[in-house]
Amino acid sequence: MSFLKKLKDKFQATDQQEEVSDKYKEGLSKTRKSFSEKINDLVARYRKVDEDFFEDLEEVLIAADVGVTTVMELIEELEMEVKRQNIKDTNEVKQVISEKLVEIYQGNDDGSEETSLNIQKDDLTVILFVGVNGVGKTTTIGKLAHQLKSEGKDVLLTAGDTFRAGAIEQLSEWGKRAGVDVIKHSEGSDPAAVIYDGIQAAKSRNADVLLCDTAGRLQNKVNLMNELAKVKRVIEREVPNAPHEVLLVLDATTGQNALSQAKTFSQATDVSGIVLTKLDGTAKGGIVLAIRNELGTPVKLVGLGEKITDLQAFDPNAFVYGLFADLLEEE
Amino acid sequence: MAFEGLADRLQNTIKKIKGKGKVTEQDVKEMTREVRLALLEADVNFKVVKDFIKKIKERAIGEEVMESLTPGQQVIKVVQEELTNLMGGDESKIAVADKSPTVIMMVGLQGAGKTTTTGKLANLLRKKYNRKPLLAAADVYRPAAIDQLETLGKQLDMPVYSEGTDANPVDIASKAVEHAKEEHLDYVLIDTAGRLHVDNELMDELIQIKQNVNPDEVFLVVDSMTGQDAVNVAESFNEQLDVSGVVLTKLDGDTRGGAALSIKAVTEKPIKFAGMGEKLDEIEVFHPERMASRILGMGDVLSLIEKAQENVDENKAKELEEKMRSASFTLDDFLEQMGQMKNMGPLDELVDMIPGANKMKGLKNVDFDEKQITHVEAIIQSMTSKERQDPSVINAGRRKRIARGSGRSVSEVNRLLKQFEEMKKMMKQMTNTQQGKKGKKGKKSKGFNFPFM
Repeated sequence: MSFLKKLKDKFQATDQQEEVSDKYKEGLSKTRKSFSEKINDLVARYRKVDEDFFEDLEEVLIAADVGVTTVMELIEELEMEVKRQNIKDTNEVKQVISEKLVEIYQGNDDGSEETSLNIQKDDLTVILFVGVNGVGKTTTIGKLAHQLKSEGKDVLLTAGDTFRAGAIEQLSEWGKRAGVDVIKHSEGSDPAAVIYDGIQAAKSRNADVLLCDTAGRLQNKVNLMNELAKVKRVIEREVPNAPHEVLLVLDATTGQNALSQAKTFSQATDVSGIVLTKLDGTAKGGIVLAIRNELGTPVKLVGLGEKITDLQAFDPNAFVYGLFADLLEEE
Repeated sequence: MAFEGLADRLQNTIKKIKGKGKVTEQDVKEMTREVRLALLEADVNFKVVKDFIKKIKERAIGEEVMESLTPGQQVIKVVQEELTNLMGGDESKIAVADKSPTVIMMVGLQGAGKTTTTGKLANLLRKKYNRKPLLAAADVYRPAAIDQLETLGKQLDMPVYSEGTDANPVDIASKAVEHAKEEHLDYVLIDTAGRLHVDNELMDELIQIKQNVNPDEVFLVVDSMTGQDAVNVAESFNEQLDVSGVVLTKLDGDTRGGAALSIKAVTEKPIKFAGMGEKLDEIEVFHPERMASRILGMGDVLSLIEKAQENVDENKAKELEEKMRSASFTLDDFLEQMGQMKNMGPLDELVDMIPGANKMKGLKNVDFDEKQITHVEAIIQSMTSKERQDPSVINAGRRKRIARGSGRSVSEVNRLLKQFEEMKKMMKQMTNTQQGKKGKKGKKSKGFNFPFM
């Protein structure tokens, strides 16, 4: 059985999975079109696998924001593979390309890695959100709060962004929409103190999940990164084993700088997972490849639209399927 | 991690060429490949890169580079020239309408920084051009977007026109302009909601606003960290709204900002302003040639100098430059500089502008805490003048005395002395770099590569 068929079967095993992959297909339709269309174009244009072919392929991948380093490695591996299998027909290469890309998405371990959120069964779960300005931290928290609440969890929010004008009001509005309480101080107060109060409130109310918002900050601002490390220390001190998740929110339209963000934020706060937002715009998704390849940090959630329900658990299989659906259906 | 600059990238190729009598076409090809990678790593769109490389190759294969004694340097020069060309020559001004008020519309994706930029621009208009702006809150979709603009208005003590979230953005914009006329305000800045360029419904709304208020400027606000997609975004907004200029935000981060080049190449619209920080006065007129250097990873010496000129008196600056060059920089100068530097803005920002600074081992990890500056001042002030002139005389006993005198620990005194040495080293290298001195090969200090040769 061909590799692509196997992948396809994997998805169509149950109806539920079908539904999930449809959602991805829909959200990623633009990504998928531009990306796999380009690969198809490429394959159609070249009959022979030669240097020019690889150069064009390189461009296709780079255009999808796959990091330069990742692309170079990939191309090198592909060239080796092509030589080894003695492939001359570009149509055959298509499969090798897909295989290699899936390999990077899933890592070597067959995609068994945990991508669901680490939510405690009986105890308080503290989740800290970090990221640069304007990536969608507050919006993500609002969406996640709604989701957890509808799962029957007792959710509390903390407005740790005391810097940006209107940030506290924004979180409060999301709190109202999701029907959960928000612990807040006034603008300009110490974020660590707000988070501390949030934890105390969560403890005394016996809340299940505490979502902590923080101000957006560029990763090269040492002072602000130290402030973030302090916030994390406060959480560590007040709740054993917390924060259970430190989620780095990344804007999917971000280019190579996303890697720098992931690296620096990890140094300050031990990022445990990534939320990839705004994935419903045009061409991207390549960034996930780069992050997986160079950092190993798993993507846990993806934002696929503006609606409160448009935050999805990241499913690497469905994601890959969404990207390659065109290729699969052709066979 | 900072990406390698073009200069570093070209190192290997140049090493190979050195010692060869002549530069071959193959060498040029290798060099242009490095240029290509450097640009791609800086997020310049691959199509833009392709055209660009073609141009570079033509010039490089010509006499200019191949006949030159310093081909590496020549390539960088050619690249920078072409890049500056492409980026657009003159700095552009902001429009003034014949009939007040002048209307400016801010558009862009979600999270690009439209609201903050609106506030900053208004502040700039008042401060620099002595205008009276009105802020109009037409983002009725994002929760608390209006609150955000109102808070900014309060901070700036500026009027904000809003009608809450139930009103129609098109009406809000038109009424805001009316309101400005009545109140004799001469600028109206319309903050619109962030939207995807492929969201037709919301894009239509912008087109309607534009038809109704007939703005003098439509500014596309773009996050400087945007990747390859910047081209699609800019193209789409420009097609539908015919933007008049671009504002780049978050340029105080460590992104190369290749998006700037992509946008310019695709839309041919000038980039007019750059957001450089979180505070409301941190917006600057965009400088194309500096952006060219930045994309290539060559530091931003010009901005640094300009910043210094704004805040430091010129004679002193000259003196400092001389001292930096001759490496006769003492702790006394350091103390004085620190006072002036504090006026220039956050230190980490300044260091970022120095070419090669991110490569400096000592500097990379220095914690630029403003409080620490006070400590450093205390330590230096506890030294005798002899010690300040020549730190090498400071032995263990003196260190203890200084620590006691300043109320800091001995280890802090040690750290300061070490950092000072590093700094001196860095200054020497920096000035060398600027001059691009030849004939110094083999004497490279650790952790730093001369960009040229």
